[in-house]
Amino acid sequence: MPRRTPFHDRVATANETSLWSHWAGHLVVDKYQMSEKFEYVAIRNAAGAFDSSPLYKYRIVGPDAERFLGGVLTRDIRTCLPGQAQYTIWCDDRGYVNEDGVVVRYSADEFLLTAAEPNLAYLENLRGSDRVEITEVTDEIAVLAVQGPRSRVILSGLAPEVDRLGFFEHTPAKIGAAAVTIARTGFTGDLGFEIYCDAADAASVWDAVFDAGTPHGLLPFGQTALLMARIEAGLLLINVDFEASRLAQNDEHRSTPLELGLGWMLNGIDDDTRPFVGRRALRRERDESTSRWKMMGLVVDWDDFDRTFTGAGMVPPKDHLPVHEDMMVYDDEASRVGYATSFMFSPVLQRHIALARVRPDLAVPGSRVHLEFTVNHRYVRVGAAVVRTPFFAPPRKTAMPGPNDGGTT
Amino acid sequence: MSTSTEYDAIVIGGGHNGLVNGAYLAKAGLRTLILERRHLVGGAAITEELRPGFKFTTFSYALSLLRPNIIHELNLVEHGFMPLLMPSSFCPMENGDSLVMGQDRNENLKEIARHSTHDADAYDQYGHDIEMVVRAVKPLFDKVPPNLFDRSADGLAEMAELAGHLRGVEPKVLHDLVRLLTGSAADFLDDYFDSDIIKGYLASSGIIGNEIGPMSQGSGLVLLFHGMGEHDGHFGSWAFHKGGNGGFTQVLATAAKAFGAEIKLGAEVEQVITTQGRATGVALVDGTELRAKVVVSAADPRRTFTKFVDQRELPTDLVDSLRRYRYQGTSSKVNFALDGLPTYPSLGDRGDMFRGFTNIGPTMEYLERAFDEAKYGWYSSRPYIDGAIQSTIDPDMAPPGKHVMSCFIQYTPYHLKDSTWDAEREQMADNVQATLESFFPGFGHLVLQREIVTPLDIETVAGLPEGNIFHGEFLAPQMYFFRPAPGWNQYRTPIAGYYQCGSGTHPGGCVSGGPGWLASKQILRDLHA
Repeated sequence: MPRRTPFHDRVATANETSLWSHWAGHLVVDKYQMSEKFEYVAIRNAAGAFDSSPLYKYRIVGPDAERFLGGVLTRDIRTCLPGQAQYTIWCDDRGYVNEDGVVVRYSADEFLLTAAEPNLAYLENLRGSDRVEITEVTDEIAVLAVQGPRSRVILSGLAPEVDRLGFFEHTPAKIGAAAVTIARTGFTGDLGFEIYCDAADAASVWDAVFDAGTPHGLLPFGQTALLMARIEAGLLLINVDFEASRLAQNDEHRSTPLELGLGWMLNGIDDDTRPFVGRRALRRERDESTSRWKMMGLVVDWDDFDRTFTGAGMVPPKDHLPVHEDMMVYDDEASRVGYATSFMFSPVLQRHIALARVRPDLAVPGSRVHLEFTVNHRYVRVGAAVVRTPFFAPPRKTAMPGPNDGGTT
Repeated sequence: MSTSTEYDAIVIGGGHNGLVNGAYLAKAGLRTLILERRHLVGGAAITEELRPGFKFTTFSYALSLLRPNIIHELNLVEHGFMPLLMPSSFCPMENGDSLVMGQDRNENLKEIARHSTHDADAYDQYGHDIEMVVRAVKPLFDKVPPNLFDRSADGLAEMAELAGHLRGVEPKVLHDLVRLLTGSAADFLDDYFDSDIIKGYLASSGIIGNEIGPMSQGSGLVLLFHGMGEHDGHFGSWAFHKGGNGGFTQVLATAAKAFGAEIKLGAEVEQVITTQGRATGVALVDGTELRAKVVVSAADPRRTFTKFVDQRELPTDLVDSLRRYRYQGTSSKVNFALDGLPTYPSLGDRGDMFRGFTNIGPTMEYLERAFDEAKYGWYSSRPYIDGAIQSTIDPDMAPPGKHVMSCFIQYTPYHLKDSTWDAEREQMADNVQATLESFFPGFGHLVLQREIVTPLDIETVAGLPEGNIFHGEFLAPQMYFFRPAPGWNQYRTPIAGYYQCGSGTHPGGCVSGGPGWLASKQILRDLHA
């Protein structure tokens, strides 16, 4: 029997579909209403709330906590100051990515690391002689993500501190009587926040957020709307866009940070004061240019797509539901030059978009490739342009509030 | 007095088709000027904040048939294009029951089956059959129509291409097409459905903008026309634009400017200047003269042919057919600022059904009776209302917890018998409010403000003659080969260099952008010929 999240009573009341999914052993909602699209529109034009509690969470405390995380995580944790948070990855000794997550730094020696998969044994095995305590706190902490252009105006009424939060900063706050941490983070690529609270306070936090948010169009949203938003935001999903190296069957299923387009995390790789797992392999890959791929965005050529489907006697589909299956990418000579791992029709961009890895020489914005579809039960290739991700990144995502920031622009 | 400035193209009218046309011309490298009479662009697609925090879509209120290629070709997304799809349609009934249609097919069939299991079975077949007709028509919709009277090699080739296309359409689909073009919505719907509420719901889109009832010949055509919308890869789906339709035309204006077009507000055109039978510019009411190689009128046919140019210089056949061209607007708007969401007793405290159109037209008989009064020159005592509380999906439209409700009203004929719209406007709006009160008890107490837009207001403010929202009725004698007049359906006029790109040209009214886009193709083709 899957477990219930700390918000379950509220989530169950709001879920009009009677349908449930499982995520990390918990009951979660795919969509609260019969159409996920409206939840998606709320994220992009009003605000949405997502129960993110099933994420695995590890409290990492001790005088050597920074040194420990510096050795485990690929991105330099020393650049994450107290009051900040960081999107990060951790690699194996061959420089392949194991997982990604967000680390929140509370103080010099106290951190919270979130992950999609269980990692306690993995972390403990890397502890060595560091004076650090690693405690799993998954069940103790509830997480409610409040995302969208109206998220700040909703939350600042409850906790004015959020007005001062920069992108990837966090603050202690109170929502009603509950002590919470509010971080300006999320998985939607929009303006947004995540509220961390004690599991026991979850219902009261949910109620306060919805009382404040409903007049602004706040809706609860499920996994489907989240997965739509994250493709537009160019955010990678484990077991879809990459696999954990330690569980992969062979190297075809493994990816390096450079191959995932996360090379920007490797600043400081030459700094010998921070040895970390995979560093030597990553330096070698960089120096010898041995990356096999690079993750990029693809935007499908609408005219070609329209012509292809209309010519085949079909209405050109514009399906916003994410496709999480491999789709082949070809060059003009019909040689395979990559593969897409996530595909959708983006309502906000009015384009078919894909996250795809392509051969490094084609990973240049403007390169033209072909994406393979099935039309009338036959494989057909449609033109697509290589672009940088994120596909969608409104200024509000990282901007600080202006003097008249009641609206959504 | 006269100042002279040289442009490649001047577009008269900054409504959505004028903006689309100007943007395409500018994109093609023409030095383009768009002239708008009013202080804001948008024409009949504007959003106005008539009360602090409350945004009213004064005239048109939904994004219906916008051609998808325009979104891409004019980079509209980059400039803020954002359709907000409507998740539902809500049809209250006079017995207190209702039909609520959403996005889930099985839920919809279950909801229809509450009223008729037969109709639930028929619903998918109806949708499929309409879609097949729409697919057959779409290539014609998105193309400059052939000139039936052009005997040149090019003209004959265009007709041959059309004939070839029609030969490829399945016989049943072609027959359905003819039945829709010539018949009534009622006859077509009777073939599929039994229950009044389903027929009322579907028939409503067959009466929009024309002075006809669902039982009139011609309503089938409008029913089909409203199935041409193509958001989201499904035909017949509709959206609101963020910030209302004014938000959309602001996006268009930004896009046009990004391509280099200039937009001049408060610039009312007095006449098109012609030199030796060729358009060479325009004269503004303030005396300014502006020169251009091409002049394009986004105005309706009456202003295009009889106001901006001297009709005595035009072919007599054209002038005669324009005289017969029917406007007779019959639609009004009554827009409300509301203190909260209305309630519908049998649905308790539910409010989600207001996130799309609220269709007050529960039976075909209700619609036809509303039309009856219009036949004799009066407005409906119990009108058809297409309501839209846009603030339920776009919080920018009203302050938190408050709402704006756009109500499209039929029938309200432009020509009233023995009265005027100045005398009747309040009573017309009272009829609307009383009708809403009968379905939503307590509605009146929610009203903070109401805006009344009669056909006369549509004419005087937006400039549409007789208040016809389509720039002239959309019926078979005024469509395709004949829009706006036989032989003048290819955006050209008898005056060289003078073109038309408004809703009075193919493919017609609604916020489709089709006329503006197709006219630009014709203009650019002529320039390069």
